[in-house]
Amino acid sequence: MLQIYCPYCQELREETEFSYSGEAHIARPLEPQQLTDAQWADYLFFRTNPRGIHHEMWYHASGCRRYFNATRNTQTYEIYETYPLGQQPALTCDIGGKR
Amino acid sequence: MSQPNRLSVGGRIDRSKPIEFSFNKRSYEGYAGDTLASALLANGVNLVGRSFKYSRPRGIMGHGAEEANALMQLGQGAVTVPNPKATQVELYSGMVATSTNGWPSVEFDLMAWLGKLGGPFMPPGFYYKTFMFPQAWWLRYEKFIRKAAGFGHISQQPDPDIYDKLNHYCDVMVIGAGPAGISAALEAGRNGKRVILADEQCELGGSLLASQQNINGASASDWLGTAVTELASMANVVLLSRTTVFGYYDHNFLAALEQRTDHLGPTAVKGTRQRLHRIRAKAVVLATGAIERPLVFGNNDLPGVMLAQSVSAYINRYAVVPGERALIMTSNDSGYQAALDIQSAGRTVVAVVDCRYHAEGRLAQMARAAGIEVITGHGVIEACGSHSVTGAVIAPLDQAGDQITGAQRSVSCDLIAMAGGWSPVVHLSCHTGSRPVWDEQLIGFVPGPNVQQQYCAGAVVGHYTLAHALSGGAAVGAEAAGAKVPEIHFDCGDETEAQAQALFLIPHSKSVSRAPKQFVDFQNDVTAAGIELAIREGYESIEHIKRYTAMGFGTDQGKTANVNGVAIAAKALHQSIQATGTTIFRPAYTPVTFGALAGRDVGSLFDPARYTATHQWHVAQGAKFENVGQWKRPWYFPKAGETMQQTLNRECLAVRNSVGIMDASTLGKIDIQGTDAREFLNRIYTNDWSNLKPGKCRYGLMLKEDGMVFDDGVTTCLSENHFLMTTTTGGAAEVLAWLELWQQTEWPELEVYFTSVTDHWVTYSLVGPNSRKVLEQLCNDVDLSAEAFKFMDYKAGTVAGIPARICRISFTGELSFEVNVPANQGHFVWQQIIAAGEAYDITPYGTESMHILRAEKGYIIVGQDTDGSLTPQDCGMDWIVSKTKAFSFIGQRSLHRSDTARSDRKQLVGLKPKDPAAIIPEGSQIVMDPNQQIPMDMVGHVTSSYWSVCLDHGIAMGTVKAGFSRMGETVYCPLVDGRTLAAEICSPVFYDPNGERHHD
Repeated sequence: MLQIYCPYCQELREETEFSYSGEAHIARPLEPQQLTDAQWADYLFFRTNPRGIHHEMWYHASGCRRYFNATRNTQTYEIYETYPLGQQPALTCDIGGKR
Repeated sequence: MSQPNRLSVGGRIDRSKPIEFSFNKRSYEGYAGDTLASALLANGVNLVGRSFKYSRPRGIMGHGAEEANALMQLGQGAVTVPNPKATQVELYSGMVATSTNGWPSVEFDLMAWLGKLGGPFMPPGFYYKTFMFPQAWWLRYEKFIRKAAGFGHISQQPDPDIYDKLNHYCDVMVIGAGPAGISAALEAGRNGKRVILADEQCELGGSLLASQQNINGASASDWLGTAVTELASMANVVLLSRTTVFGYYDHNFLAALEQRTDHLGPTAVKGTRQRLHRIRAKAVVLATGAIERPLVFGNNDLPGVMLAQSVSAYINRYAVVPGERALIMTSNDSGYQAALDIQSAGRTVVAVVDCRYHAEGRLAQMARAAGIEVITGHGVIEACGSHSVTGAVIAPLDQAGDQITGAQRSVSCDLIAMAGGWSPVVHLSCHTGSRPVWDEQLIGFVPGPNVQQQYCAGAVVGHYTLAHALSGGAAVGAEAAGAKVPEIHFDCGDETEAQAQALFLIPHSKSVSRAPKQFVDFQNDVTAAGIELAIREGYESIEHIKRYTAMGFGTDQGKTANVNGVAIAAKALHQSIQATGTTIFRPAYTPVTFGALAGRDVGSLFDPARYTATHQWHVAQGAKFENVGQWKRPWYFPKAGETMQQTLNRECLAVRNSVGIMDASTLGKIDIQGTDAREFLNRIYTNDWSNLKPGKCRYGLMLKEDGMVFDDGVTTCLSENHFLMTTTTGGAAEVLAWLELWQQTEWPELEVYFTSVTDHWVTYSLVGPNSRKVLEQLCNDVDLSAEAFKFMDYKAGTVAGIPARICRISFTGELSFEVNVPANQGHFVWQQIIAAGEAYDITPYGTESMHILRAEKGYIIVGQDTDGSLTPQDCGMDWIVSKTKAFSFIGQRSLHRSDTARSDRKQLVGLKPKDPAAIIPEGSQIVMDPNQQIPMDMVGHVTSSYWSVCLDHGIAMGTVKAGFSRMGETVYCPLVDGRTLAAEICSPVFYDPNGERHHD
């Protein structure tokens, strides 16, 4: 079971308070109607699924009810950092899923 | 009742407290402090079971978690426990234990003829190979094979015991209270850290409990006593005995099972039987020790063949000598300790057979000085005897231990103690994802690189001497506490040991495949020949060999077997042990009961139940309830003597003809406020909210970004910047998270706030042509007339004097008013409505009638009629999808993807059974041609189906491929019972298609 630092509550809390919310830093296209099916499908369905560093969103469902980002190693489950939405990670890696 | 093998002095047992117990229906006596295994051995009982596959007689081989043979069926009735190891069961008065295998008895086992036929009859993969053809016959074979397989049986009755869970946080978690663990806990504790020390045994001490050594001049026992007293005196140290740490998970999270009353027996004082400790530690010290390895030789599974350390433990800790004439087979110095202990106990040591050519270590010299014969350069190649050891065959070996170099000879003995070296208990380290590393010098796998904040001390890292374990423990204890490593010296007189030899399989004069069975995994009957056969048949990965032979499975998980198996496989594959590797150890280290994992989260505490404010009234009316999410909702309200269908008919007719009332309080309610609330609704719903005026309600449909229907409900505009959204009962939490997600991630510039108010308001639907007349009696400040209060209007007022929000919305197609009042006044208002409705025979109805009434109108229930694969168009609800909104609402783009634009998608249609009396079972598959060969082409399925008393025929909804273009066509539902029901595709609006009734 993971221990996750909520950047809003500023506390290390148990994983059971949180829920996972998928890959982070995927911006919704501003004009979806202008996109081809392939472009829309890329936004809708395709994720990087890296082995190693991954930037992902978590939701503090049983806490402050806010979404935030985390940089986690998908192999070791180590969480390197958590940071509020709108911020960029301090730790990045080419194999990770930044678009 | 004599205990022939019990010594008159010594041991940590209490001879003044005899304990009676029974094993296989015979009565015996042991002492307080015994395990079941030590008590059986004291009574001279060593045949304790039959083996898994060959039904060979088996005895006690170990003294702890490593035991592979002595599995017991413990206790009777509801509290019976299958497969505890006799070596880990503390003796209690009145214990009833039986063998888990052997029929009709362990002494005389009819299945043993199978084993006698030998290896060729049941090789690895026997079942796959033998029972493969014809495939259809597997169903016949299976029940016999399943019956013959497995150990023990579980109780079929409810578990009467109580289990619980406890969460801990600590600075240093020390696992294992042997010398290294105690030493580590002392140092961490002395540095003021919060320490937990856990050990699986009833007493802290580990190997110290059976040690004859001295520590700095004091006996091991005295040193231990002092250390435990000091630990117990520290307020910052928690000592957990009888507690097995069985799993080491992410972020230094550990799970431990404490057996609190198992040792008292099932009839003793009641309390929590077992407790699951969930521990989050800043640092973990693994002091898990090492397990002695058996040696692999012919008939090494005979009762009377034991691990050398276990023999010592029985003598020193339990004052039990499990034999009269002992032969020791060793590949290292530790075997000599058993020889010395046996001799000290006054029994005969026939000889120590050492495969090494030179045995000049400290213990070997002590043995020789004590007059014990040492035979170097030899091996025990075979044990002799039918039900227990009566002798052994020894033969000279070459230096590498690969071949027999001379004549073999027989010796007479009744006990063979084998010392094949040590296997560090790397399991917990392995749980973190660290692969064990083979150490050539230690001849064992040691923990791989640390993945987490983990330290290791003692035998788990190959520090086998007592002094090394104690000093290593103190060092990591201090280190884990972030303190300076203390200068402590331990003098135990055992600083040196001679180099061990890497010997696993002792050669026989016959080839491995023809020699008597040489067991590697005792519990799963895996032999050296079986491993070699698996490799000959092409299984080269150790993981495949494991699964083909079953090596390392079972309740002992290969604790004694794995390293020998890996070594034998490596040799057969002509590769190194490191290259061969180990299989991956996963939690749990030893078996854990489901009771402990469940804890108190059973019965009514399994999941929280939510009740509406009117629940007790529903109960008093005899309502039947159904679970909707965590809510208990009235399902229907039967009157005496009614069948369910009669109740539903009565409820539905009351709604259509007079007035009914439903408690709809469980609907999710989200209060939405902010200057951008309206814009937010435009983005999240498919329809347009720009012109919804205060005092108006609107139905909305919510999609996921893939265009599929996700939730629906009515949202009311309370004032310009204030809305109340309702959601489905089950979807409330998910919808709230969904709204938050979009506001927080994509549109933080929108000023809008969401608050769940589900529990704050009750919602009562007053439904039917007489609903207005009922409400008028209770509401004198709102004009309820059709002219003043139109369909989809909202007005604030009072009902029975309580401030209320009243909406004219309908989920039945009838005139209806939805009354919302604060939950605390809910029950009162409900009673007032019921009283006011008496003149109209107001009828409470439940979810089932609600389902029927809405299905008559073709209204969907999200999650029943939809399943995350239907778009609004698939549901025939294109009317609710705005084509003019400026912002591309969630899901809009997906509605014209090539896939969603297909005209042959499954579409939600009405289904009218051809037989008016028929009700098609929900979930039935729909086909176009009932005479097609199986597998038939399935074009959809029935999502809702009911008897409609108002229409006097069955009605249904379902998805059908291209259903909208097949109106009037006939489809078929082949049923499980062989019948086929025909139905006509029609509009799902069966009742009042023009919607005249709810506008009245």
